[in-house]
Amino acid sequence: MAYAICTFCGNVCDDVEFDVNTQKGKKLCALGLAKFREKERIKSPMVDGKEVSYEEAIEKAVEILVSAKKPLLYGWASTVNEAIRYGVLLTEKVRGVYDQCASVCHAPGTLAVIEEGIPGGSLGAVKNRADMVIFWGSNPLEAHPRHPTRYSVMAKGFLIKNRKDRKVVVVDVRKTKSASMADKFIQIRPGYDYAIISALRALAKGEDIEADEVGGVPKEELAELAEEMKSAKYGVIFYGLGVTQSRGRDRNVENAVKLIQLLNRYTRWIIWPMRGHYNVVGAGEVPAWEVGYQYGIDFSRGYPRFSPAEFSAVEMLLRRDCDAMLVVSSDPAAHFPRKAVEHMKKIPVIQIDPFPNMTTLLSNVVIPSAVAGIEAEGNVYRMDGIVLRVKKLVDSQYWSDEKILHEMLKIVEEKLEG
Amino acid sequence: MIEVEIISGRTIDQGKTVEEKLSDAYFKAVSYCEINEEDFRKLGLKDGDRVKVKTEFGEVVVFARVGEVPKGVVFIPMGPYANQVIADDTDGTGMPRFKGVRGTVEKTDESVKSVKELLGVE
Repeated sequence: MAYAICTFCGNVCDDVEFDVNTQKGKKLCALGLAKFREKERIKSPMVDGKEVSYEEAIEKAVEILVSAKKPLLYGWASTVNEAIRYGVLLTEKVRGVYDQCASVCHAPGTLAVIEEGIPGGSLGAVKNRADMVIFWGSNPLEAHPRHPTRYSVMAKGFLIKNRKDRKVVVVDVRKTKSASMADKFIQIRPGYDYAIISALRALAKGEDIEADEVGGVPKEELAELAEEMKSAKYGVIFYGLGVTQSRGRDRNVENAVKLIQLLNRYTRWIIWPMRGHYNVVGAGEVPAWEVGYQYGIDFSRGYPRFSPAEFSAVEMLLRRDCDAMLVVSSDPAAHFPRKAVEHMKKIPVIQIDPFPNMTTLLSNVVIPSAVAGIEAEGNVYRMDGIVLRVKKLVDSQYWSDEKILHEMLKIVEEKLEG
Repeated sequence: MIEVEIISGRTIDQGKTVEEKLSDAYFKAVSYCEINEEDFRKLGLKDGDRVKVKTEFGEVVVFARVGEVPKGVVFIPMGPYANQVIADDTDGTGMPRFKGVRGTVEKTDESVKSVKELLGVE
């Protein structure tokens, strides 16, 4: 049994153990166990379905990227910072567009932060201090199973000794599994997050609202929630995709940040997104420290420009704006809207990933990679921005994402200079 | 046929199989739709039946099951089946509307496509 750091979700649990020989683990949740378990792999690098060497596949991939007018380089949430860095440099060299999984996940939160900033805190602060925890449009029991026990609900902290010291509220449109662990479940109508947050802002300020109910929630229930929030000593809203993927998107988050700013006039509150992939934070932070932006970054003019309306992957594909695509540790063919995937079928696609998925089915060049956290090491950002170094537990025949992308970058530089 | 609002999202089974997308387990984890019990009865459905979900963005056939959703709301796990019908407009944010899309649900005899058939590749 070796100490490991889990590379499934944004919790990046650093207290787990796994034995690659017996395939048994300790402290891993169902998602973590599935992550570490052996499964079907992409066996060899391939070009147009024919098995080739790593060198040949990389050569072909570089040829596609260099000859494309506007390649889209997408993915990055399930690899390490070192690989992402080479990805950003590669995008700049080929004058392409860098976008990452957050653009169909938590990027609306990034837009809200640009407008309002974020009153945030670490998971450690929540564990030790938070006496009120609200999960809004997030379902940790199915998406981040150990979040409640490690940080937010049952976690024993310095000031918060046990579950009884905490009030837990779940706000959602359906009664999720997470609703069962809450003291209070507030069921709202789909698409009414913004209106409900506005009502809470008014009520917290001591103003009345004219409506008897907002988004399916009676005024009295909202007034009670506003009062409970004001009387908490340290509160946190953990918001999920229920907020970012429904009507209002970035404006929902912006409004929620304003509510938190208001509550900070009375007491201490923070707000934080429940980030999905183990290094989706890195997929935004690395380009931010390299070129200033988190996603939707175009290098076609030789310098970085940010515009999600133009340079996010879905918009690029819907407008048929890109003529080649590199997909790293992601599966847009499964996770993008149908019409966006249609364009992927018409352009050359290069995939770097450990596992065969729907994107593999339409890729011209497939380059298998080592699984970070099991076969390769590197630095990743936990959902609250804490950097952890994931471990290599076993040797593998597969190249790491870092090595593959470094090789690609070297050959691109040679070709462009030559 | 009933009018519904469609939402998608994660489930534990979707998460457990997300790195095995070409497996039967993943197919089972993402190719269904949860319907409120009353709506389920209104559509004359029983376990194992299929429904066709339609929106202005597309249509898809999935298995039907009763779930903890309000009347008039259906839930499809995030993935290729949900993505046939969710809204691809991003309102300039880059983010499609994966949750809260109006559409219809009706009982159907058509079969549920495999992920390969859905993608339209060999």
